[in-house]
Amino acid sequence: MFSSSAKNLIRSNILQRCKSTLVVAEHNNEVLNPITLNTISAAKKIGGDVTVLVAGTKCGPASEAVSKVDGVAKVLVAENAAFKGFTAESITSLVLAAQTQFKFTHILAGATAFGKNVLPRVAAKLDVSPISEIIDVKSEDTFVRTIYAGNAILTLRAKDPVKVITVRGTNFPPAAATGGSGAVEQAPSGDYASRLSEFVSQELTKSDRPELTAAKVIISGGRGLKNGENFKLLYDLADKFGAAVGASRAAVDAGYVPNDLQIGQTGKIVAPELYVAVGISGAIQHLAGMKDSKTIVAINKDPEAPIFQVADVGLVADLFKAVPEITQKL
Amino acid sequence: MARVLVGVKRVIDYAVKVRVKPDKTGVVTEGVKHAMNPFDEIAVEEAVKMKEKKLASEVIAVSIGPTQSQEIIRTALAMGADRGLHVEVSGKDYELLQPVHVSKILAKLALDEKADLVILGKQAIDDDSNQTAQMTAAVLDWPQGTFCNKIEKTDSGLTITREIDGGLETIKTKTPAVLSADLRLNTPRYATLPNIMKAKKKPLKKVTPKDLGIDTTPRIDVISVEDPPVRQAGAVVADVDALIAKLKDGGHI
Repeated sequence: MFSSSAKNLIRSNILQRCKSTLVVAEHNNEVLNPITLNTISAAKKIGGDVTVLVAGTKCGPASEAVSKVDGVAKVLVAENAAFKGFTAESITSLVLAAQTQFKFTHILAGATAFGKNVLPRVAAKLDVSPISEIIDVKSEDTFVRTIYAGNAILTLRAKDPVKVITVRGTNFPPAAATGGSGAVEQAPSGDYASRLSEFVSQELTKSDRPELTAAKVIISGGRGLKNGENFKLLYDLADKFGAAVGASRAAVDAGYVPNDLQIGQTGKIVAPELYVAVGISGAIQHLAGMKDSKTIVAINKDPEAPIFQVADVGLVADLFKAVPEITQKL
Repeated sequence: MARVLVGVKRVIDYAVKVRVKPDKTGVVTEGVKHAMNPFDEIAVEEAVKMKEKKLASEVIAVSIGPTQSQEIIRTALAMGADRGLHVEVSGKDYELLQPVHVSKILAKLALDEKADLVILGKQAIDDDSNQTAQMTAAVLDWPQGTFCNKIEKTDSGLTITREIDGGLETIKTKTPAVLSADLRLNTPRYATLPNIMKAKKKPLKKVTPKDLGIDTTPRIDVISVEDPPVRQAGAVVADVDALIAKLKDGGHI
């Protein structure tokens, strides 16, 4: 007779052998989105083989990059006009076909607009409950995520046979982009063109600055900036740091900057080395998006602003004086 | 003209600072102010606007949850929805109810009510899942238009502008479709007192998941719900020079 712990050990060994994870890569047909590397790290933490699926109208650059990533065993490539615009309907059909062939235990993607759009659709088709934006992996079936705008941390055990998960990039280090030698294969072929929806066009905010979610330094502005022109003060300061510029919801709603700069519960989640909040009061919903930053600096004229409760360094001052002065002195 | 089903969730009011229960099983919800999930207000507003533009014939507001969810349905009715459906789930079942269950219920109702559009909020501010619309679309095998910034009716379906990470994108979908509202889709109206009074007379039907034939067996075990780590309070510096000195100390410059 085995003791129950011995039985558990054998059981977990069997599962260990059988674990295999599919990471759905995110790219724009030109370059791999760096969050894919963070997602691969999460996959490695789960254990087992890691396969990466690259789908698009042009997969060469991303599949080449992914095959070199440390820890990637296999790269499945699906280059097809059907994936124009990466619509959820077409990508879902492909992921399901890959799942039918390879029987993955885990299907992961980064928690971006792309991952959030596609993975719940995949999960529903598999009749499993997806797990959004994990911040940690405890074991193959136990994951940690935040709820209530980051004000509570939920640890859950998933009972479904296949775990469909989006990964919060800022909580996992990027996997090394070199040292791997994943075998590149064709993904299962099929008719993936969706008759339900069609991509028309994109209007991307052009910027030479680093991407917000990957930036080491972020200078962020709120309603205190008073108008869009004044954001120039922040761009000037950001130039000194090579930083990205972000914004609170208030600044976006007021039309100072485009929507995709919004940091917070419903915008982007960032965790840079340095986060400088300028003229941002620090509402719960904003803190949800930045409170894991390594160092937080707040510049605000209101000493009672909640942002000072999370700031490592605070300066109570008029931003219109302080920010140009900092820029000048750096 | 389209019939629109709108999902509304009762959540802890966005301005409330939630408290984790001492036994780490969840957050304190008793005696805490609740309201309609802010994204759902935007979804209701969009549906009511469609009706005002004669693009929709009827707006049906659905909420899944305990008895108090009816208050949220009444709010949607006061905003202009025509009738309500309350799918009663309470107690432990409700605590473990997830988008996987909700999407099946909504899909069943969409078919039963012959809806052409299902409009939901992009995420609920309590579980922060951002899953239900996508999953409802999948169950129905309808197209999904998530994170909508703009919805336009065309002859052949819908043209939707979506909020994506780098900016905006435009897609076309056929109808029927499932849509999820992002923050900037519209500004929800306030319910006026006369409309709140009228809403009390609008029909509200109650059903259960069992009536609909939907299995709500939990798919997860909650291991724990805990407070996030608390950041150490920092220092307030006197001037810009002191701030720069701190940044130098921290190795940021």
